[in-house]
Amino acid sequence: MKATVTVMLKEGVLDPQGKAIGQALQGLGFGNVGEVRAGKVIVLDLDEPDAARAHAQAEDMARKLLANSVIESFSVEVG
Amino acid sequence: MRAGIVVFPGINRERDMAIALELSSGHKPRMLWHKDSDVTGLDLIVIPGGFSYGDYLRCGAMAAQSPIMAGIRAHAERGGHVLGVCNGLQILTEAGLLPGALLRNAGLRFLSMDCHLRVERADTDFTRHYQRGQVFRAPLAHGDGNYIADDDTLDRLEGEGLVAFRYATTEGEITPHANRNGSARNIAGIYSPNLRVLGLMPHPEDLVDPLMGGTDGKPLFDGLVAALAA
Repeated sequence: MKATVTVMLKEGVLDPQGKAIGQALQGLGFGNVGEVRAGKVIVLDLDEPDAARAHAQAEDMARKLLANSVIESFSVEVG
Repeated sequence: MRAGIVVFPGINRERDMAIALELSSGHKPRMLWHKDSDVTGLDLIVIPGGFSYGDYLRCGAMAAQSPIMAGIRAHAERGGHVLGVCNGLQILTEAGLLPGALLRNAGLRFLSMDCHLRVERADTDFTRHYQRGQVFRAPLAHGDGNYIADDDTLDRLEGEGLVAFRYATTEGEITPHANRNGSARNIAGIYSPNLRVLGLMPHPEDLVDPLMGGTDGKPLFDGLVAALAA
């Protein structure tokens, strides 16, 4: 089962990387770009056929290592 | 003072730290490999600067999970002293030994320059050879030094006197310009509640000899030696 963990900086946490990307896009002429947020996608190949269990395992991994709850939030998708 | 310096893959400031510790204490510190778990018999454990595990995932995230961290945690729980500098602070926050986190510098640039630090209290084992309110110079060398914590944590740190150093002007004023990495409330270094764990972004070990261009950082190490001499 494949689990995809998306890690983003929490709302309200300054994202200078996203800001720089936004400015670069504006510079390229994409004038309709508003706020840009940059994050990470981590794809896990899990030896676990059950989707619910794979989901729970990936959440556990995100809490323990993949995301830092002080500054980041995460979401998990399996399948 | 029996000191040990933790060496992770990608750490590159351990030898400068060893020079500073030996200069003040007269003893060579023990180098501790990250796979070791025996850190007993030490008064002070230092986590030096560098780029442990290439800063993969987040600065300090991998190092915080390494075998030696259990020993360092136990050392801290026994009331042992821990000093984390730069990547060392990032590792201490990732390991939960100090609160908050370090984000990318607000200006996005890697900062390689001197800063000035104001000593917030001079009654700790780390700062007893400084004066309260004293300003000293310390080199910065980091891309992710923007300290952040939620408001409750920041209020608690300030209320309980756990802010060790703030970025300041040479006159000791706390200004946005002095705060080059954008840290919350100009915080450059913080203590644990028992004042035995200190983490800071700038590098006091880089100014401990006139040949390095100054000795501003030396009182920190001299103070530690005086405190831990027994």
